Amino acid sequence: MTTLEQSQQKSEVTHSPLEEEHRDVRMFGLATFLIADGMTFAGFFAAYLTYKAVNPLLPDAIYEVELPLPTLNTVLLLISSATFHRAGKALHNNQATKCQRWLLITAGLGLAFLASQMVEYFTLPFGLTDNVFASTFYALTGFHGLHVTLGTIMILIVWWQSRSPGGRITSQNTFPLEAAELFWHFVDGIWVVLFIILYLL
Amino acid sequence: MTISIPEKTNSPIGNLQPKGWFRYFSFSLDHKVIGLQYLVCGFIFYLIGGALASAIRIELTSPISDFVPRDVYNQILTLHGTIMIFLWIVPVVNGAFGNYLIPFYVGARDMAFPRLNAIAFWMIPPAGLLLISSYFINGSAQSGWTAYPPLSITTPAAGQLIWILSVLLLGGSSIFGGVNFIATILKLRRPGLKLMQMPMYCWAMLGTSILIVLSTPVLAGTLILLSFDIVAHTGFFNPSLGGNAVVYQHLFWFYSHPAVYIMVLPAFGLVSEILPVHSRKPLFGYSTMVYSIMTIVVLGFLVWAHHMFTSGTPPWMRLFFTIATSFIAVPTGIKFFNWVATLWGGKITLNSAMLFSCGFIVNFVFGGITGVALAQVPFDIHVHDTYFVVAHFHYIVYGGSVFVIFSSIYHWYPKFTGRMLNENLGRFHFALTFIGFNLCFAPQHWLGLNGMPRRVAEYDPQFQFVNQLSSIGALIMAISTLPFLWNAIHSAFKGSIAGDNPWAALTPEWLTSSPPPVENWDGPAPLVTKPYGYGVQTKEAETQSGNEPAINGDN
Amino acid sequence: MVLPKSSALIILLIVIGLVIGGTWIGQNINLLPIDASTNASVYDELFKVLFSIGAILFFGITGLVIYSLIRFRKKPGELGDGLPIADNLPLEVFWTAVPTIVILFVGLYSYDIYDRMGGMQKLQINQHDHSAMVSEQKIWGGIGTGSIEPTTQNKATSLPVEVTALQFAFLFHYPKGDILSGELHVPVGQPVSMRLESKDVIHAFWVPQFRIKQDIIPGQPTMLNFTPTKPGRYPIICAELCGPYHGGMRSSVIVEEPNKYQEWFNSNSKESLTES
Ligand code: HEA
Ligand code: HEA
Ligand code: CUA
Ligand SMILES: [Cu+2]
Repeated sequence: MTTLEQSQQKSEVTHSPLEEEHRDVRMFGLATFLIADGMTFAGFFAAYLTYKAVNPLLPDAIYEVELPLPTLNTVLLLISSATFHRAGKALHNNQATKCQRWLLITAGLGLAFLASQMVEYFTLPFGLTDNVFASTFYALTGFHGLHVTLGTIMILIVWWQSRSPGGRITSQNTFPLEAAELFWHFVDGIWVVLFIILYLL
Repeated sequence: MTISIPEKTNSPIGNLQPKGWFRYFSFSLDHKVIGLQYLVCGFIFYLIGGALASAIRIELTSPISDFVPRDVYNQILTLHGTIMIFLWIVPVVNGAFGNYLIPFYVGARDMAFPRLNAIAFWMIPPAGLLLISSYFINGSAQSGWTAYPPLSITTPAAGQLIWILSVLLLGGSSIFGGVNFIATILKLRRPGLKLMQMPMYCWAMLGTSILIVLSTPVLAGTLILLSFDIVAHTGFFNPSLGGNAVVYQHLFWFYSHPAVYIMVLPAFGLVSEILPVHSRKPLFGYSTMVYSIMTIVVLGFLVWAHHMFTSGTPPWMRLFFTIATSFIAVPTGIKFFNWVATLWGGKITLNSAMLFSCGFIVNFVFGGITGVALAQVPFDIHVHDTYFVVAHFHYIVYGGSVFVIFSSIYHWYPKFTGRMLNENLGRFHFALTFIGFNLCFAPQHWLGLNGMPRRVAEYDPQFQFVNQLSSIGALIMAISTLPFLWNAIHSAFKGSIAGDNPWAALTPEWLTSSPPPVENWDGPAPLVTKPYGYGVQTKEAETQSGNEPAINGDN
Repeated sequence: MVLPKSSALIILLIVIGLVIGGTWIGQNINLLPIDASTNASVYDELFKVLFSIGAILFFGITGLVIYSLIRFRKKPGELGDGLPIADNLPLEVFWTAVPTIVILFVGLYSYDIYDRMGGMQKLQINQHDHSAMVSEQKIWGGIGTGSIEPTTQNKATSLPVEVTALQFAFLFHYPKGDILSGELHVPVGQPVSMRLESKDVIHAFWVPQFRIKQDIIPGQPTMLNFTPTKPGRYPIICAELCGPYHGGMRSSVIVEEPNKYQEWFNSNSKESLTES
């Protein structure tokens, strides 16, 4: 039993109007944490941009990143954000099977993203330790990929928990789904920034 | 001041918590238990860090490297800096007092995320033990608490990696704490309590938590990159592989300058709670105090490169950071003048809490003034990385934060334990600390100006006498912890009974029993809208006898 | 708070006394080693000003605290609280404005000092001064030529030295004469233009008597200029943690009269040796 539930229980015991106000602040906490997480990325981006400005590569080390795969990745992630949103809507409407279906699609898109990222890694003309750009490239995309992996695992857990009957996630208890969704949108947003800075600039 | 009439209720959370002394060693979710866990754990690390400082000072009594081998000296000073910052000051001014007081101040039964809170605390002892044990494994990190590459890449890898790991753990703990404080202060406030009615410490913790949440992740990212450089031989910060060592410095100080405010803003908040109580006057200039905290938070993000004036940064950058840094003196100054105005015209009781708080004011102003001098590029070029800087920051972290921690322990000990500390021993402790501290660190300014660099085990023999003075000061400081330790331990069992509100204070933590019940109040939380309403009740207070609390939440 | 005339007068006197006393302390207590470069005398001006301001502020605030603690002590048996005064707008404005003005003054003044030290000058590197210089290589900046006017004439006569820092020593190379030395010899009065480079980790070049310091960061060749003014032997100290023997990484700079310097130069110069 979470403390939140306990205090809710208590408010029923005391019937004190003062205690009613124990709001659910978990979403707020998660959002704050994601701001912190975003700052980690911000640090990486800052490092990358500084390298670009102060440590220009020698001409023979300059490479071109291929655009098709990352563009595909961007599309995959953007679609997955929409499908996740659909899952949330379905849950609100008490349509557990529909919700589960959308979740599976989202998780599939996440996995597709990871797979295509792997393909890109193996076809890139540079390795982790080749030069600062290569290192920063792998650090950034790798750290982001870690987030996608985590997010996909979360989706799968949410998927399992939203089965009906028997799952804990219902239209009454939407928090786990909403939390995973917020995280997923965050990862998505980071990717867009990453795509612009790493591939387009 | 408004206090709602409490009703007695049974608290369900309380029944689920471990009871007795054992709860202090358990995964307790009670914010008060966690607060004390932070405090005691931090103090143990302080003793270890202090023992290391003593080793530094012993080595420096002679100009040659004799007491410990040179590389061990570097390990000791790295451990000393890391332990004192990440395991003593930061956890105690934030974690200990924040956890204990913030729920009271916002009228909540606990922190927003009690479980996360306990996790955050329990990350600290393993991280600390890991850090210290690295010394015995293969030698701990020896590149200073700043771990500048390429040195940190070329020194033995094991120690440096363990150092990185434990700082990451401590940073994570700190971020969890920060998230928790922001949620608690903004979202768990008792209905009816407006932001501008919160005790000042809430504002300080809100500002600090913003700093933590925005800056600590950058340090984490940086250290991850550094560990890549060590393990995978990437070249982020390694110029011989095409990297850039200055980028590390920028990223590191982007965290570590805000970190100095993470160490001192909560201390500002604590002093703002202590001064009004013992001078029986409202806190002067509440709203300007709030604005100055927030100004410090914003400015704190814009000054990091003042640690890098000699790194070959471009002139415009040095100039910008000089001006931005100097301007922090303005909001900080506002706070100091307001404290002095709080004392002015009060009815001051000069007890140990008050002595340490006033000692803090004097020491911090000194350290702040040398800080403003350091902020001037031309001045800093001469004294950067010398004992002048060591003196500057010890005046602030010891003379500031540590003095405030002691002051706060004297002030809240009755609440923590229900018993009073011995006042005479407390005053004796203050006198020893104050003398020892100034004797130890004041001469170091001269050392730095005259040519003694920091982080050296051997130095020019002309500095021996002054170094010995400093070491005597350190010895007095070490001795001064003894009366305190005895006082704190003895009084927990034998001290005179404190009563609920021995200082007749008005902030909410005093409106409950000492020590407080698990759910903080046996009834609804009181609504305290004027935490500093001293003087208004003068008439009521006069009718009561001196020792009896003026207001009591239990009646 | 309306003050009676007499106490206003007393406050005024105290403030004047504080300012005079603080200024005296700042101007007359010397905490610095001797000044042996053009930078140093400029630096000492700044130091005196900062010391004076610091002394005034520190003794002022400490005095206020101690006075309050004595004057407003609760007398034995006294009950009740102090006056419930919690705000005073003019006062708040006053103590926001005064530090702001002080800070603005200090900032402008130290800008001026830094400019006079040559810190704001664009670093012009004379290609011919330094032998082993790749032309596209970026050079980072330390400090310019100090208060000596950066005229072309001075440039021409500035003495180029290449400094290499490595664990745990400094090496000085004089391109003219191809001298390699463990100590820095310079003639008094002549601008010296150093190009600093590190072979391994970060070191720093510091001469306290010259009031100059510059980090030597691997991968970043850096320029640092100074003009010695007093003959003597001064320590060169490595000021950045660079490993176990960081404390032992020292050398000396020997400032000599021009003719003595020339002697040293001639007896070490490889070029003159081959000529004779
Ligand atoms: C709690 C910690 C703490 C705090 C609060 C501060 C506060 C300040 N610090 Fe300090 N500092 C450190 C901890 C701290 N510092 C540490 C640990 C280092 C060394 C790191 C390392 O290298 O290992 C360091 C190093 C350091 C440097 C780099 C030195 C160097 O390495 O060359 C500089 C330079 O600008 C600096 C400046 C300042 C300034 C301007 C303030 C200001 O915030 C101070 C403001 C306060 C006042 C000015 C006093 C009160 C104001 C008044 C009474 C008003 C009137 C005053 C005036 C008008 C001047 N500090
Ligand atoms: C943040 C807080 C903090 C605190 C509180 C202190 C406290 C002290 N510090 Fe520290 N110090 C730092 C932070 C701090 N320091 C940092 C960040 C550095 C820079 C590191 C670096 O360069 O990387 C530094 C560096 C530093 C140096 C410079 C080392 C060098 O550059 O070569 C010196 C030298 O005098 C020093 C001295 C002291 C002393 C004497 C104390 C004293 O105040 C300590 C007093 C306390 C005691 C003496 C404890 C008493 C108890 C016992 C002795 C009993 C022991 C018992 C058991 C072990 C069970 N410190
Ligand atoms: Cu080279 Cu320290
Ligand atoms: Cu700083």
